[in-house]
Amino acid sequence: MMLKYVRQYLRGLLLLELFRGLRLTGKKMFEPKVTVRYPEEKTPQSGRFRGLHALRRYPNGEERCIACKLCEAVCPACAITIESEQRADGTRRTTRYDIDLSKCIFCGFCEESCPVDAIVETRFQEYHAERHEDLIMTKDKLLEVGDRLEQQLAEDRAADARYR
Amino acid sequence: MHPLVMLLPDPWQEASLLLLTTAVGIVMILVPLLLSVAYLTFAERKVIGYMQSRLGPNRVGPYGWLQPIADAMKLMFKEVVIPSGANRGLFLAAPILSLTPSLAAWAVIPFNDTAVLADINAGLLYVLALTSLAVYGVIIAGWASNSKYAFLGALRSAAQIVAYEIAMGFALVGVLIAGGSLNLGDIVRAQSGSVLHWFWLPLLPLFVIYFISGVAETNRAPFDVVEGESELVAGFHVEYGGMAFAMFFMAEYANMIMIAVLCALLFMGGWLSPFESVPWLGEQLVLPGLFWLLAKTSLFLFLFLWLRATFPRYRYDQVMRLGWKVFIPIAIVWVTLVGLLAALRVPPWFD
Amino acid sequence: MTLIAFYGFAGLYLLSGLLVVTLRNPMHAALSLVLAFFSSAALWLFLQAEFLALLLVLIYVGAVMVLFLFVVLLLDINLAVLREGFIRWLPVGGAVAIAMAVGIIAALYTELEDAAGAVALPADYGSAAWIGQHLYTAYLYPFELAGAVLLVAIVAAIAMTHRGRRRRRAQDPAAQSRVQASRRVRLVQLDKDS
Repeated sequence: MMLKYVRQYLRGLLLLELFRGLRLTGKKMFEPKVTVRYPEEKTPQSGRFRGLHALRRYPNGEERCIACKLCEAVCPACAITIESEQRADGTRRTTRYDIDLSKCIFCGFCEESCPVDAIVETRFQEYHAERHEDLIMTKDKLLEVGDRLEQQLAEDRAADARYR
Repeated sequence: MHPLVMLLPDPWQEASLLLLTTAVGIVMILVPLLLSVAYLTFAERKVIGYMQSRLGPNRVGPYGWLQPIADAMKLMFKEVVIPSGANRGLFLAAPILSLTPSLAAWAVIPFNDTAVLADINAGLLYVLALTSLAVYGVIIAGWASNSKYAFLGALRSAAQIVAYEIAMGFALVGVLIAGGSLNLGDIVRAQSGSVLHWFWLPLLPLFVIYFISGVAETNRAPFDVVEGESELVAGFHVEYGGMAFAMFFMAEYANMIMIAVLCALLFMGGWLSPFESVPWLGEQLVLPGLFWLLAKTSLFLFLFLWLRATFPRYRYDQVMRLGWKVFIPIAIVWVTLVGLLAALRVPPWFD
Repeated sequence: MTLIAFYGFAGLYLLSGLLVVTLRNPMHAALSLVLAFFSSAALWLFLQAEFLALLLVLIYVGAVMVLFLFVVLLLDINLAVLREGFIRWLPVGGAVAIAMAVGIIAALYTELEDAAGAVALPADYGSAAWIGQHLYTAYLYPFELAGAVLLVAIVAAIAMTHRGRRRRRAQDPAAQSRVQASRRVRLVQLDKDS
């Protein structure tokens, strides 16, 4: 017992455990680094990535959204505001579709609840705004994003179709 | 003599000349020192980054080389906020009090056989006295801030510094016995011979104690209970911003360099070449003494950073235990032993 | 020039000494005491006692006053209470001060008569070796006596504050740092059928 105590004391004095720690960090210093140099390098993105929202159109140019307001109802952050009216051709369409990005938590429920795949979240995440009102996406802006990214959106949804 | 100096009345000529040469000497030490302080912060972030599988700062300038300059600019233009309820005078005096001694201590450091600003007899004591003053900056800052966290940092600092000061003092007593002088230059000269003549070998435990106490004395991880950001936010300097904060930072890093230089001077032969008496290499490899001193200093500084990247912070009561119950007894035992060796004139160190 | 510096430091010494006893804030008073130690160290430097001056800074400023400040920080001393008897005790304090001043001046005068003019100081006057030589030869008995008194004081201080081993629940850092993983964690092989 006594001997064990003495041996342990001496081992403590020699700082063996500390040197083991130092060796580990010393070794790590020369190992490859995991840092991604962001603007030049980017991490791979999943097709299911939930970024900036968009409103899609059918191939014939008609907007998909039918103003069912399921997304507005499901949104946990109450970030979506929809107003609608009947159009001349008898269909119901939105007159207003706002998403407040400063409220949105990017849960993706709106996209899941949408019966016609109208509201989607794109892979685009590098948006910014200098004023609060710039963070409120109006219907026009959402449609514009959808038009811009339609090709990628269609491809991602096609690739994911068998799991949905 | 400069013609302007000649214009002065006679008794002032000598004095002004002395003043001038001293001022030039101070500038020659302080400018490189402050530059090293700036780049030590950069080196620290890089080294710790690399040890944590990161890259560290690499955005400002090529490979991030201009980062310290950007930091300095930012800090200079930030406002120094004085908290309401703070003791205004002392609050502003504290950073100055912590920076001044850490810069003043450099006056007696010899950079090679001849280059030393003030070659005083009690150089070692002077350094020890001035490094022990650094704690006042911390205590006053903690008290004057009128903040709980700063106050706790100051309390911890006071107790910690006293504990480690004693261990450090005993370690230096060993050096004093071995070197036979308090003059730093003489201590280095007493180590000439070869690597085996350096004092690290006969004074190995004291060397380790000195270095670790130095880490504790400069409030560096793993002894940074004074700052302890996970416990005390930032400890004694929570309330400081801008240049006042920068001065604490500069003091801390200047102290680090100081401890590293002292380790090199007292235990690792200072400016002496490690190949001094190696048969062939010793003659071939003649480099200026300053180079060796800086190389050894950098080694110790790297060790500082390495320790910080490796170890978690000590718990406060364990810091106290290590100082009082481990370091001081070992140091006393070893000092007695060194005294015995010196009395018996054991070669090659004590003959 | 030396004279100016001397009077400057002497004045600073007196001023800071005065501040120590008059300032209301204990922290300020303690810091004034630090300043007083500093200026006295500077005065010693003029006497070519570099070693002693630095020791004064190292021990009094670097260690003793830090402990002092520690106590001031920790206890939150109310000086107003301490100050209550200021006027009452002033005559006693003043008498002690005057007695000490007379004693010092008398000692100085006898010394000066002995010295009678400037004495050439040895080259290493005031160095550590010189002091050591004198302490351990000419002044051995007073030195050892002082050491013994200090030792007694330390033992007494511990005896007075130490209240024996109490049953405490405080952690024992020594025992904690002795703990090893191998004693705390035991890996057992479980039979997968049971």
